[in-house]
Amino acid sequence: MPKDDDNGTPMTSLEKLSRRSFLTRAGMAGVAGATLTVAPLANAAVEAEPKRTDAPSAPIPGTMPITLRVNGETHRIAVDPRATVLDTLRETLHLTGTKKGCDHGQCGACTVHVNGERANSCLLFASMQQGKEITTIEGLGTPEKMHPMQASFVEHDGYQCGYCTSGQIMSATAMMHEKWGPNDNDVKEALSGNICRCGAYPNIVAAVQACRRNNIA
Amino acid sequence: MQPFELITPASVPDAVKAQAAASTAQQGAPVRFIAGGTNLVDYMKLNVETPRQLVEINGLPLDKIEATADGGLKLGALTRNTFVANHADVVQRYPVLSQAILSGASTQLRNMATTAGNLLQKTRCVYYRDTAYACNKRQPGSGCSAIGGHNRMMAILGTSDKCIASNPSDQNVALMALDATVHISGTKGERTVPITSFYTLPGNTPDRETVLEPGDLITHVSIPALPAGAKSLYLKLRDRASYEFALASAAVVLKTSNGHIDFVRVALGGVGAVPWRSREAEHALHGKAATAANFRHAAEIALHGARPQSQNGFKVELAKRCLTHALTQAIA
Repeated sequence: MPKDDDNGTPMTSLEKLSRRSFLTRAGMAGVAGATLTVAPLANAAVEAEPKRTDAPSAPIPGTMPITLRVNGETHRIAVDPRATVLDTLRETLHLTGTKKGCDHGQCGACTVHVNGERANSCLLFASMQQGKEITTIEGLGTPEKMHPMQASFVEHDGYQCGYCTSGQIMSATAMMHEKWGPNDNDVKEALSGNICRCGAYPNIVAAVQACRRNNIA
Repeated sequence: MQPFELITPASVPDAVKAQAAASTAQQGAPVRFIAGGTNLVDYMKLNVETPRQLVEINGLPLDKIEATADGGLKLGALTRNTFVANHADVVQRYPVLSQAILSGASTQLRNMATTAGNLLQKTRCVYYRDTAYACNKRQPGSGCSAIGGHNRMMAILGTSDKCIASNPSDQNVALMALDATVHISGTKGERTVPITSFYTLPGNTPDRETVLEPGDLITHVSIPALPAGAKSLYLKLRDRASYEFALASAAVVLKTSNGHIDFVRVALGGVGAVPWRSREAEHALHGKAATAANFRHAAEIALHGARPQSQNGFKVELAKRCLTHALTQAIA
């Protein structure tokens, strides 16, 4: 019979599994486990959760309270130390504009601004970003009042399936205040950390260059 | 990802003390420093790294670039790659370092990645990255799946029959050519290690990659001044134009007087088990005329002893041409 990690006594039912050991085991299932299980549970810690006999309204063991500034708003939440900014944005704060692509810093779909500089949110632990100002695509503009770069992407059809688009736009708006030359090749180099599988690149470059020429972002 | 505890020390000594509790500072260390996290978080997601504790050092005052008494520069461990690459003194006096950093990764990653983190950048060997395969670096004694496997990207210099993984960093190839010094705070106080002695060849212990001991925290990297008139250049060859690791790269620093080379340093990337300084090539060039033939001769010497695998024999000639071209371009 398997033994409970915490007290070494034989487990007779699932009820004897502590939340910690459940989380530990879920985490051991790998990245998918951490993504699908831990972040929603962390979210549950701050919202009214249905009462459960084994752990009434106490914070989930293993989570830590943090304060995250996102798009000008302050969020006091409890997260698993393993939660990335990406997962916290999507699963805890329900800001799903930031997309999860490769989850390993290779595709750029999860690009956000941290203190005005772009970064891959999949490689940032949320617990390490306290005191920083995070901006996501939701903080850039709204469908009614788009950011000029968003409007330019629409105008130049800088997307196909659209999954990479928010990351592309976050990168593009950041590059407006970075040191790059004026040519198309400079835009391509600046945005090389954002992968588009459809191949909308020519239109993306056109959208960015229109903004740069008109100095409107 | 394995659960971990996050610790935030208030000072360098506290950080040293926290990591010193680990049995090792090498692969598999149960306590890890974390700053940018671009490399470590990736490997934690793959369960290649499974630290029990992370010691976050972002709050430590190690994020400045300062002038040194000897006319060189001192880069704080926590200076971000973007900041270093665009720093006016680096761009003007050490273009090879700026070029090398900007040739690596993407702006998103360079904004997060730090100087010291890049020093410790892990190999991208696909077998090291995948825990389903044998890897002596990840799990000592388990074997090497790369030897006889897909080895096109692997190293051809400094390898052993236990490990053929290549060092992936661009920054560190430039730091080799700049003769940098690594400043370390450890349990026994502060010390400095020339970067040429910082990395250890795989040999029979590929899991050991540097001279770092438990508690050792890199605080700075310093670069000495170059002789007046010295030129430097980084040339990187890869499968695509951007955001890709090197198949071969060369960092060169040289100065000529009356057409003759009186100062030269040469390092190679993408081909070595460690960032590869070639003193043999430097000796071959010193005092010689700066001609294409002499550059090519030095490149032949730099690749002497290369041990290619079944799929990366092309790297031998590629690296020779890379170095020859870098030297030619640097003085053009």
